[in-house]
Amino acid sequence: MNKELKILGIVVIFTLILYWGVEPFAHSQMHKHVEGHGLIYDGKADIEEASKDKKEVKKKFWADVKKIASLKGDVASGETIFNSTCASCHMKGASNMGGVTPPSLDHAGAIYDKNFLIALIKNPAMATNVDHKYKDTATHPMGAVMSMVSSDQDIANVVAYIKAKKAGEVTPKEAFIEACSRCHANRYGKLTQLGEIPKTKSNIKTGQDIDKMKYDQKVAEEQNALADYLGKLPPDLSIIYRARSEHFLETFIENPQSQLPGTAMPRTGLDKEGLEKVMAYLEETGDPSKPARDALGPWVLAFFVIFTILAYLWKQSQWRDLH
Amino acid sequence: MAHFDENAKPFSHQWLNDRLAIDTLKRVLSTEYWIPKNINFLWAMGMVLAATFGILLISGIFLLMYYQPNTKLAFDSVNYTIMTEVGYGWLWRHIHGVGASVVFLIIYIHMFTGIYYGSYKRGRELIWLSGMLLFVLFSAEAFSGYMLPWGQMSYWAGMVITNLFSGGSLHADGLVEWIRGDYVPGQAFLGRFFMLHVLLMPLVIIGAIVFHFGTLRLPHVNNQDGEEIDFEESARLYKEGKKAESKVIPFNPVFLSKDVFVMGIYFIFFFYLVFYHFEFAMDPVNFDPANGLKTPTHIYPEWYFLWSYEILRPFPTDPGLIAFGFAQVIFFLLPFLDRSPNVAPASRRGAFKVWFWLLLIDMIVLTFMGKLPPQGIWSTIGLVAALLFFALWIALPIITKLEKKL
Amino acid sequence: MSNRRDFMGMALGGFTALGGIGALYAMKKTWDPLPSVKAAGFTTIDLKDAPENVLVTEKWRGKPIFVLKQSKEMVAKAKKSKEIDRLIKIGNDYYMVAVGLCTHLGCIPGYDPSKEGFLCACHGGQYDSTAMVTKAPPPRGLDIPPFKIDGTKLVLGEQGPEYKKMLANGITLPV
Repeated sequence: MNKELKILGIVVIFTLILYWGVEPFAHSQMHKHVEGHGLIYDGKADIEEASKDKKEVKKKFWADVKKIASLKGDVASGETIFNSTCASCHMKGASNMGGVTPPSLDHAGAIYDKNFLIALIKNPAMATNVDHKYKDTATHPMGAVMSMVSSDQDIANVVAYIKAKKAGEVTPKEAFIEACSRCHANRYGKLTQLGEIPKTKSNIKTGQDIDKMKYDQKVAEEQNALADYLGKLPPDLSIIYRARSEHFLETFIENPQSQLPGTAMPRTGLDKEGLEKVMAYLEETGDPSKPARDALGPWVLAFFVIFTILAYLWKQSQWRDLH
Repeated sequence: MAHFDENAKPFSHQWLNDRLAIDTLKRVLSTEYWIPKNINFLWAMGMVLAATFGILLISGIFLLMYYQPNTKLAFDSVNYTIMTEVGYGWLWRHIHGVGASVVFLIIYIHMFTGIYYGSYKRGRELIWLSGMLLFVLFSAEAFSGYMLPWGQMSYWAGMVITNLFSGGSLHADGLVEWIRGDYVPGQAFLGRFFMLHVLLMPLVIIGAIVFHFGTLRLPHVNNQDGEEIDFEESARLYKEGKKAESKVIPFNPVFLSKDVFVMGIYFIFFFYLVFYHFEFAMDPVNFDPANGLKTPTHIYPEWYFLWSYEILRPFPTDPGLIAFGFAQVIFFLLPFLDRSPNVAPASRRGAFKVWFWLLLIDMIVLTFMGKLPPQGIWSTIGLVAALLFFALWIALPIITKLEKKL
Repeated sequence: MSNRRDFMGMALGGFTALGGIGALYAMKKTWDPLPSVKAAGFTTIDLKDAPENVLVTEKWRGKPIFVLKQSKEMVAKAKKSKEIDRLIKIGNDYYMVAVGLCTHLGCIPGYDPSKEGFLCACHGGQYDSTAMVTKAPPPRGLDIPPFKIDGTKLVLGEQGPEYKKMLANGITLPV
């Protein structure tokens, strides 16, 4: 018996060493470790990573953002500006503008960080950390906002309005649609870049579904526009939850440049709630069996524990008079 | 013509016995199939493997009902239909994925048990050879199965492994295209590897398992001390009720009761992995759909192929392929390279003891290096470990020849 | 000793069988129709433009659905033969809506407008214009799919009060 335990010990130790080497250790060597910044958008990482000639510009930009953040915004006048400027592009059924369709802002106040929103209105390319793609940041698809809402107080007012009135309860799916799905489809969640896939019916005589074809063409056109704008089609995120680690996804969403320098993906500026909701949705479509697993696991394990105890007793009864 | 009892009722014991010799079968295969008493739990690994193969077969049947062997549909049929829609589809998939990985852990334990106790010599050569054949068949089964989800790792593993058949500077590109049925892994490739995985390989494996069992029957399994047992004498003692004096036990129920207990412990471990720790068996990279225009940053085989992959990697193409070929066949030759007359545990065999542990550690080091990026110190360690692997096999006949008879 | 041995072996065997039942349950669930198949089990058909005495075929759950708007004469005949309860009344119009599979062995009967009846070519079963069986071997009239009336539309797959009444009166079997 003691000898068997000793042998078991050796087998277990070698197995654990093997596991450690091919899993945790190998992965720690393969992937660059990136620290998150706690979803604080103060430009610190941007300034550190920026090339020399950009450093000063970025420093000033984020200092200005800090200054605007300290102003007190007026919700009512923010609403006026929002409705006359923002809402003309960020509306239901908006069409593609310069490669991407402006997202809905219905829950923007709940899912985006305040500093980020300020920075975004002040200079979209800088805020999203993709300014390296533009000679003139005013040519960013949302660049026009820089001339439309330019005074510090106006920016503060609009952000105050968004934070106060465009918030409210948001579901994981809504958060994903607003923050991600303009660029990323999620086919397991039945989402394309144009939103939820509509139900269509095929002609019973021919089997053709013309409404679906029309929709597919619209999606294809949207995807081509996106690919032209971003250099490639952003990947479908149906099971990205299994393809990347949680840590990667969180730090990548917080600052895409940190994980993939030079990527065309803009920073999305999600706050804690927004990130949680988006991650919840990614888990829902990417790892849908988790609740069932958690429910069944203990039962199966309990079964085998009892099985093993019974087997041990049987073995004892069989081996009792052998020695 | 055998004697038939005319009065036996249909399907009664006598009736069946006249037609199927069930009593003889039962005696030969179970109640009087004698196993040495002097064994430890490592002797249960064979049955653990058989059980794991059974689990893979059953879970595979249910995956097969919904899997689509089509390059356009395969990925989503696995990751969406089976994982989201099919009742308990996720369970079958996780069992199948974890089982495919764990089965190799047990195979390696089984193999190294055989090496440690010298269970490949003196009448047991065919046990070893058929076991090695099973190792190769399981490798082919694992590889073909790995293609099926048609993710990035499937595609690029398919690309890299089939390229091995070009034979380096022989440039047998025609052979590679023939294997793939296309210039790159595509529909033809997926279709034929699907066939191999679900039909041809399992059939051959089942046959090989039967053969492996068959090779055991005459030489009997080895025991912890490599002692040569007079099985007939011991069986006589056991049947006379002198169980304590006898050195053997019947397979059923005595040996089986221990097997089942070991299996119980194994299943706790196995299902813990299935429910709470399955990620290790399903590489994240394979959750990106196959893309023939983009190689993943890091590609590496599953852990059980890493050591032989690492033997290939540090060398230029041609010597690398030769080294790889060497690593694939050398284990087959073990019974003939070990020149010692002793069947005994490695602990009593002097230099062989050192050889055994060095080989084990070397293969673990090779496994580690096989997964790490091939740069800097890792490359160097990999090269040294690969060279040591060859040195060990070259040294084996010499050190065993010098071994004193116990 | 041998008692205890048998007892433990049997206890283990019995417990393993218990686990086997659990595994069989999971296997049974794996054979069930997929949720997407079930979710696709609803079809809306519009009866507004259906012409009288012309058989219109729709599709629901992969099965053909017959829709036959009844002419005045057909309605009168149905009232006489007491088969009027098989018809669905929307406004002042009567419609025969049924699963177009013979209740004998599941072939699709053909409609002959001149004879105002169905003939199943497989085994010679016949039905009248309300899809009631008139000649064996079919054991009963064509089955009526679950429906809910929504204006001039029918939602197939949902059970409306009119359908539930038919079920209760034994006019059709559940499909």
